[in-house]
Amino acid sequence: MKKYLKPSIFFLSSLPFIFIFYKIGFNKLGPEPVKEITHFTGEWTLIFICLTLSMSPLKKITNISVWINFRRMLGLFVFFYATLHLLTYVGLDYRFNWQPIIDDVVKKKYVFIGFAAWLLLIPLTITSSKKMMKLLKNNWKKLHRLVYAIAIFGSLHYIWLSKTIFFKPLTYFIIIVVLLLFRIKIKKKEVNYG
Amino acid sequence: MKTIKYSKITPESVYKNRRSFLKKLGFGASTLALSSIPLVNNGLAKDRNELTSYKDITTYNNYYEFGTSKGDPYKNSQTFKTSPWEISLEGEIDKPIKLSMEEISEIFLSEERIYRLRCVEGWSMVIPWLGFSLSELLSKVKPTSKAKFVEFESVYDPEQMKGQRYPVLNWPYKEGLRIDEAMHPLTTVVTGLYGRKLPNQNGAPLRIFIPWKYGFKSAKAIVKIKFVEKMPMSSWMWASPREYGFYSNVNPNVNHPRWSQATERIIGEGIWAPRVKTLMFNGYGDQVANLYTGMDLKKNF
Repeated sequence: MKKYLKPSIFFLSSLPFIFIFYKIGFNKLGPEPVKEITHFTGEWTLIFICLTLSMSPLKKITNISVWINFRRMLGLFVFFYATLHLLTYVGLDYRFNWQPIIDDVVKKKYVFIGFAAWLLLIPLTITSSKKMMKLLKNNWKKLHRLVYAIAIFGSLHYIWLSKTIFFKPLTYFIIIVVLLLFRIKIKKKEVNYG
Repeated sequence: MKTIKYSKITPESVYKNRRSFLKKLGFGASTLALSSIPLVNNGLAKDRNELTSYKDITTYNNYYEFGTSKGDPYKNSQTFKTSPWEISLEGEIDKPIKLSMEEISEIFLSEERIYRLRCVEGWSMVIPWLGFSLSELLSKVKPTSKAKFVEFESVYDPEQMKGQRYPVLNWPYKEGLRIDEAMHPLTTVVTGLYGRKLPNQNGAPLRIFIPWKYGFKSAKAIVKIKFVEKMPMSSWMWASPREYGFYSNVNPNVNHPRWSQATERIIGEGIWAPRVKTLMFNGYGDQVANLYTGMDLKKNF
């Protein structure tokens, strides 16, 4: 049973990718397909950030440690969908035409913070293996706390690009804040237990 | 009857330059490889003045009164009642009048007018509207010396318009123009599109269309035109004055905080089509630039 858990999670996590591939192939993205792909991959990046951050709270709540086994894979899917999101914007939308892209990064704060979040994902992706974990020892944990900043950046990216309807972006923001608050609680408890 | 010719939509020189700027956009190697596929190549070569399909024009709309998603207006407006409908002209004029839709279609002759619609979000369509110049309607009244602007007011009916039950904007939707802009022959009162009655999701029964301004300036389902002395506060200015100015002329040189205004996507072009350069005044500069001589358009965005 346990053997199939990870492959199942991997398969489920790939579904959004398969879905968007299908939609591209069968031309089901409507009149503004590039925007659709951008929004789709962006939103799934945020969803995977939330899922990744949910694993250790779930472990605490359920007292089952199996959740932690999925954390790395989910985190890598964050990088996967974030990279697809970035490539859609840089490649599909702007055709690697660097001037307007650089202008965007410098002038538009939502692009800036989104790009910053993606950059921060790179060291986490590189150091995600068990080997790296051992190599970095205590520093690994410190380094991977970067994910908290990435999560905040990601949700701000969404809030700042929204026009007048903030319901969805604010929902992600609140979920992320709650997930981060869990960490503070967990820490305090640990201290109390001595 | 077609009074605006195709060739007028985009100045000929711009049209001819199109190919060279496509090159200048600097496609990456991947695009070059893709363009060797015949099907993709067709997508790239499509004319930017080609009419947008009826389906895209009528199912991809920004009309927050019926919901904030692009598909909402089509879904939520089908039972909207557009008759009886009356439009009132009031404010700084000698004698306010009210006109019913029947009277309007009797007095004014609608003609086909093919204009490009450029949305502030960075996409564009080419739409064969039916309509007549707003100046014809406005000439039915006599403005006082105080009249400097006109304010358009859209219908307020939260019973029928789902979106108005939420404070997304300060309902009813308001827009405005300087009198000389309103009197410009390109400023159109729209009664239909593609030779048919105006669909509800496009602003039936009567909307304004100003081809050289971003789409949101063109108020839909209008019930009131008010002549005023002071510059009116439009709904979008009220929502975010930093982002939406009163003039909102299509201007590739003035950046919006969130969207590129230098380029645009043509609706219906498909996934592999590149962005195209946005034209000053949406390509209508020859006809409207003189309205703004001596004005700093970066300040008066």
